[in-house]
Amino acid sequence: MSEVFTKSMARNIYYGGSVFFFLLFLALTFDTSGEVPKRDNHEAIDEQVTLGKQVWEENNCIGCHTLLGEGAYFAPELGNVYKRFGNSTDAIVGFIKSRPVEGIPGRRSMPQFNLSDEQLEAVAAFLKYVSEIKTARDWPPNIQG
Amino acid sequence: MMKYQSQSVAKPYFIAAIGLFVGQILFGLVLGMQYVWGDFLFPEIPFNVARMVHTNLLIVWLLFGFMGAAYFLVPEEAERELQSPFLAWALFWIFLVAGALTVLGYLLVPYAQLADITMNDLLPTMGREFLEQPTVTKLGIVVVALGFLYNIGVTILAGRKTVVSLVLLTGLVGLAVFFLFAFYNPTNVVDDKYYWWWVVHLWVEGVWELILGAILAFVLIKVTGVDREVIEKWLYVIIAMTLITGIIGTGHHYYWIGTPEYWQWWGSIFSAMEPIPFFMMTVFAFNMVNRRRREHPNKVAVLWAMGTAVMAFLGAGVWGFLHTLAPINYYTHGSQITAAHGHMAFYGAYVMIVLTIISYAMPILRGKEAGDPRSQVLEMWSFWLMTVSMVFITLFLTGAGVLQTWLQRYTEDPQPFMVVQEKIEMFYWMRELAGAVFLIGLIVYVISFFVKGGERVKVAGTDTA
Repeated sequence: MSEVFTKSMARNIYYGGSVFFFLLFLALTFDTSGEVPKRDNHEAIDEQVTLGKQVWEENNCIGCHTLLGEGAYFAPELGNVYKRFGNSTDAIVGFIKSRPVEGIPGRRSMPQFNLSDEQLEAVAAFLKYVSEIKTARDWPPNIQG
Repeated sequence: MMKYQSQSVAKPYFIAAIGLFVGQILFGLVLGMQYVWGDFLFPEIPFNVARMVHTNLLIVWLLFGFMGAAYFLVPEEAERELQSPFLAWALFWIFLVAGALTVLGYLLVPYAQLADITMNDLLPTMGREFLEQPTVTKLGIVVVALGFLYNIGVTILAGRKTVVSLVLLTGLVGLAVFFLFAFYNPTNVVDDKYYWWWVVHLWVEGVWELILGAILAFVLIKVTGVDREVIEKWLYVIIAMTLITGIIGTGHHYYWIGTPEYWQWWGSIFSAMEPIPFFMMTVFAFNMVNRRRREHPNKVAVLWAMGTAVMAFLGAGVWGFLHTLAPINYYTHGSQITAAHGHMAFYGAYVMIVLTIISYAMPILRGKEAGDPRSQVLEMWSFWLMTVSMVFITLFLTGAGVLQTWLQRYTEDPQPFMVVQEKIEMFYWMRELAGAVFLIGLIVYVISFFVKGGERVKVAGTDTA
């Protein structure tokens, strides 16, 4: 780079640019936090959903699945699993409950987590809540996730 | 050969980093195997456990690498001894033991039990991608970070302040500050995800790039002998572009998680520019090496430095751009395309910069300017084996991802996830094969530290680039 463009000019772009864009990011975050309640389905959050999220986290579900596209890519998307399972929390409970302890020979299988009925109902309620978050363009693109 | 005695604390950090790197790759191979042989090691080591070990070891060993880099370069830049070598040693053992216990916890008890033992319900932070560590481990990380920042912060501020060391310090402070969002875990999934990215994105596409830039600048100053003023000007411009594009670029994670539609514009436009600083980094590294004023005997460190610049641009820049525009990401989000990008970006940017500083510093820490020729040749072999196999891992995952996106999301008749996974199995086999070559490269890398002797001859291909 030529001498016309000096080190102190470069430094000023660094300081000015990062401060400006960080403040812009904060402003956008502020606006987002006002917009999110219109679509985040927070009305559905109750004690059961809260417990469900805890079950979801304490069994590391994100270690295989994605939830709204984030997580691991080893097992199906669960952001819309409630809808994929015919809008049924019972179907979700039944699926988790029926996983074989020793897996399925040669195939991927979800572990048997030995959840209590309360935990099963809770995690299903949590997945129902997530599936009713209003995402842009109704992501995921289709029912298969 | 060391200019300051206290630089020697970098050595255990680098050794630990390499050891954990080996563990990370072994678990990577387990994961790759589980993709094609579904019940491999099931139910003893289910996929989620192996993945947690794979990603957490990566993060921990990179942090070891960053800290080692700081302990090595800060005294030299500040022109004084490290404030407290004892503290650096103490934190080394605390971090290593905490890391080892956490990984053993993942492997030896079911995750729900680990959450129970560590009293996750007091302050629930577990079970989110990359932040799976028990809350107590997270608190330990904060303590280690504070001690570390104190140690190098005081060393820098009491000594000569260079652009390199101040940029490094800024990056490290940012790393610690944004990690605090790991403790914010609301039940509201949209809020949870929104601020989760303040750790993950603002680390790897924000402050970590400052650390990367500073380490690269330091090594280039040393191996090329180019005037510091020139290199520091480049460093400022690169990190300016990093933050100008990368901060708002966080928006590319806010497309489909329940956040407003305008993020599709902010995220697409700014993250489309994120390759620019990486491209500048490539131009910078090649320019400085071309304008070098000395022939540094550590050829392989120069190779790693230029490799970092190229691979970071490809992995973070090109493979990131590939799926960052919202209309494309609508189809590719959370697919194997994401995995492809993740692999080459982490390898190209962060693995390679840590291996660069290790390559430069380790011979000095062992009392000589550069490794013996045979050792260097072997390390160059490891460079090519690991780098080329990572390119293939990325290409195979990209192939898998394109097909997955097509079959599961793009066609008129979308197929179920597992049906698609079976159809793309061939790509996973090829990825695993490339992964095995990567492991061979890593073994060669480790061996290179124990090889001595050889003629000091010019090695083809390293002094022309």
